[in-house]
Amino acid sequence: MKPAPFEYTRPATVDEALAALARDDAKVLAGGQSLVPALNMRLLRPAVLVDVNRIAGLDRVETAGDTVVLGALVRQADPRVQSHPVLGAVLPHVGHTVTRNRGTICGSLAHADPAAELPVALVAAGGSVVAASASGRREIAADDLFAGPFTTTLATGELIVESTWPTPGEDERFAFEELSVRGGDYALCIAAARVRGEEVRVVVGGVTPVPTVLEVDPDHPGDSAAEQVDPWGSIHATPAYLRQLVRVLVHRAVGRAREGAP
Amino acid sequence: MIPVAVSVNGRHYREEVEPRLLLSDFLRHGLGLTGTHVGCEHGVCGACTVRLDGVAVRSCLLLAVQAQGCEIVTVEGLAGVGELTPLQEAFRRHHALQCGFCTPGILIAAEDLLAQVERPTRAEIVDMLSGQLCRCTGYTAIVDAIAEVARS
Repeated sequence: MKPAPFEYTRPATVDEALAALARDDAKVLAGGQSLVPALNMRLLRPAVLVDVNRIAGLDRVETAGDTVVLGALVRQADPRVQSHPVLGAVLPHVGHTVTRNRGTICGSLAHADPAAELPVALVAAGGSVVAASASGRREIAADDLFAGPFTTTLATGELIVESTWPTPGEDERFAFEELSVRGGDYALCIAAARVRGEEVRVVVGGVTPVPTVLEVDPDHPGDSAAEQVDPWGSIHATPAYLRQLVRVLVHRAVGRAREGAP
Repeated sequence: MIPVAVSVNGRHYREEVEPRLLLSDFLRHGLGLTGTHVGCEHGVCGACTVRLDGVAVRSCLLLAVQAQGCEIVTVEGLAGVGELTPLQEAFRRHHALQCGFCTPGILIAAEDLLAQVERPTRAEIVDMLSGQLCRCTGYTAIVDAIAEVARS
């Protein structure tokens, strides 16, 4: 299992990276914790890899009011982000200690694995990303970013240069639940809940093609969530089992968020 | 071919490599440092874990060219010839290895945990080991060895 040949470029600035990305057979190499396995297994054969790891300033973490802005190179293990209520709850579930040392938060968003935690977390947090290309920059809300499994609404030549994570307010609580076959694996089912007073926002992942916001009955969140999903099932879990996971994990996530609610 | 200059276990190397060469293969086949093992080549088993600029990483998920200018430590560089680190000593005392295939990666990953967390709990050690597969099922002794070093 070795990658097929490719050209390698290591830009020093975002502009150089964007120039190199302006072709549809180029891929961004950030943390590489999903991309390099796909190269090794030859699931992907890009002509050019654009390694953004040496671009100065892309590892910035900025707190602006009640949001935290993370540059494209902020790693999942970065100590600066672990105290954020949403990221701190979710990141321990993302891969393993060693893969988190290298994997980036923005890279996981761009990869858009349907069983990944960070896309669900961004939707639950009501966050967004900034996509840059040779022709300019645009902000994409989390709700508009994920188009399908491993598919985003990013256009050819666009690079996520930062992601924005609103911090839940004083009167809000966040809880995250997932079940995976082994610790650190991708999830069979993910449930995130945000509670503010009587308001409940639930997002599920793993059982849907993209992170999906569910309108739940506040008195029966698990049951009403389970009625709204139609999991496709896999070698690891039948559709009926996945639906039951939605019921249980949404119930738990909402319950835990309410317990922590002021 | 692209030039790559790295320091591995304190020794400087300058080589020309294909961009697609994995760091794990560069260490093993290019430099002859076969202590770093290769299991799954997709980041799951942890056997290839090395230290890159002070941080534990999967060498099968890095290209050799990405290590340009970096300092790498492999299992060969943890202790001097004929010496053992306190963690290696604890592994020996607790029988924390059987075939030894996973041991180099576990040593590097465990040192990383001990560097990041002052006194990791048993649960934190187990969580870290979820990324380091041992197929001799020797985890109890591995946890014991790491926990002993964490306490001292």
